[in-house]
Amino acid sequence: MSEPVLELSGVRKSFGTHVVTEVLHGIDLRIGRGEFAALVGPSGSGKSTLLNLLGLLDRPSAGRIAVLGQDTASMDEAGLTDLRARALGFVFQFHHLLPALTAVENVAMPLAIARGRLTDDHLRQAGALLDAVGLGARTGAKISELSGGQQQRVAIARALVARPRLVLADEPTGNLDTKTASETFEVMRRFHAEAGVSFLLVTHDLSLAQRCDRRITIVDGLIAEDTRPGGA
Amino acid sequence: MPLEWFLAVRFLREGRVQTALIVAGASFGVLLVVFLSALMAGLQQDLLNKTLGAQPHVVLRTPDEQARPLRSPGHGAESGELVAARVERPTQRLRAISDWLRVLEEAGRTPGVSAASPTATGPALATRGGANNAVTLIGIVPERFRSIYDIDRRVKSGRFDLSGDRILIGKDLAIDLGVVVGDKIRLDGGPGRDDIGTVAGVFDLGVRDVNRRWVILSLRRAQTLLDLPGGISQIELRVSDVFAASELAHTLSGRTGLKAEAWTDSNTELLAGLSAQSASSRLIQLFVILGVAVAIASVLVISVVQKQRQIGILRAIGAPRGRILRVFLIQGGLVGLLGSIFGGALGGAMVRVFASTGSFTFPVTLDAPLFLRATLIAVGTGLLASVLPARRAAHLQPAEAIRSE
Repeated sequence: MSEPVLELSGVRKSFGTHVVTEVLHGIDLRIGRGEFAALVGPSGSGKSTLLNLLGLLDRPSAGRIAVLGQDTASMDEAGLTDLRARALGFVFQFHHLLPALTAVENVAMPLAIARGRLTDDHLRQAGALLDAVGLGARTGAKISELSGGQQQRVAIARALVARPRLVLADEPTGNLDTKTASETFEVMRRFHAEAGVSFLLVTHDLSLAQRCDRRITIVDGLIAEDTRPGGA
Repeated sequence: MPLEWFLAVRFLREGRVQTALIVAGASFGVLLVVFLSALMAGLQQDLLNKTLGAQPHVVLRTPDEQARPLRSPGHGAESGELVAARVERPTQRLRAISDWLRVLEEAGRTPGVSAASPTATGPALATRGGANNAVTLIGIVPERFRSIYDIDRRVKSGRFDLSGDRILIGKDLAIDLGVVVGDKIRLDGGPGRDDIGTVAGVFDLGVRDVNRRWVILSLRRAQTLLDLPGGISQIELRVSDVFAASELAHTLSGRTGLKAEAWTDSNTELLAGLSAQSASSRLIQLFVILGVAVAIASVLVISVVQKQRQIGILRAIGAPRGRILRVFLIQGGLVGLLGSIFGGALGGAMVRVFASTGSFTFPVTLDAPLFLRATLIAVGTGLLASVLPARRAAHLQPAEAIRSE
């Protein structure tokens, strides 16, 4: 298998202080470089909890998470934030763009955060990415002026602009009609093929999951199945 | 533009109505601070001008005469023993300041003293026909006296002229004696010391007692009438900072050996009044500032709640806590700054409108330090008010913030 971008071993996650509920019961997972994987499972199976842990947005109760070979257990908040900014990109179900900014400014935001200021160069890079997702003509548009599919493509461009090693996408097509969902999926596929970025898609849509190179199924907080339909 | 500033401005522009309301609240606060400060400063300056226009800030006099204990003369065991059983306070007679030209020069050179005037002053009797009035003779050097008192502007009839036998009297004394400019008055300084003065002008120094008692004449004639040949009884001083007069008086007393009395010693009630006025004005301003701070903090807290998800996204894509904190602090500071611009302009305009309609019976001035102070207060209040919302925003957990509805 290729060099891991992200590796989980024995990861558990519990919630609550008086009444403790364990949601993840020991996850072992490895996402390799250049993989295009889907994480599927029924509601309440622990998909979102796992995604938060993978995205370093939350810490595990037990177990180890390593990103680009770096163990995250000993990292402080600032260290996690920095690693998240360098290694990971996010696409959320409801796009979660900043309505106060234009499309191109939203895309440029990860670059601006890394440099502490928004420069013309950032806007040029962001504009090129918007062009690549077919929104070259809408760079100055307000978020509210874009359709759902366009907003999700802006979110994909934002996730990719800082050249992350892995993009975590939470139901990226869940809010879109079939045609727009398929187009959005193809955009991600294209970036995966052209830029070699790893993708992990959390989805309910089994047909979408079947179009991925790898399908990880989580049930009741445990990985029940991990298959590679193409046999890779 | 640094990212924090960029985001702060965009967030403020995004919630236009909220921003407009919060800026309006801050503007109103600044307006009140500017208006009240200008009003109080004008009122206090007017009171001071009226009070100090008719009196020097510091007066140097010869020290009071002290009773000296009588001791037995001679030698032996009993020499030096107290003889008197009771020591009485001596009467205070009019005495000249020794070497007054040197003292005048030294006092005039003291830092903080802007003008010094030698004066021979003492009691006399003014007679005109059947009317006898106890008066105070004020013997002066005109040029120096002018630098202490605004006398030319206060001469209501006639003119300020002390040449020859000319004198100036207060308007109430003129009424009591029934004299007008050009009439003559007999001045009696004591046995064998009397003179005739021609009224050259009648003044109004704004204080009834002064207008009823004072007779201003040349120093030389006063010295003769008061039996102070070549001498003066006091040196009057004007200082650049009236509220430092007491401290300066203490310094001068130590330096010259004379008794120094500041205007603050003889106007304790006025000082207490000014102090109470300032305190109540500061209290009102404090409550206004508190109100503005609460308003800014409330709106920013609501803004943080509304923007939870956006803050979560920014945190998820790599924004450190400190940067989020600064975004909200800057918003608070910007609201304060905008408030100070609008509030300052409105407050200034309001003062001008009130002044032009004659609503104030005293002059009110608007100066740069007042606006600078109001700006600093507003920006400081905005920053302080935003600390809590900013901390709240910075400590949001990205995962929870993104999930929030």
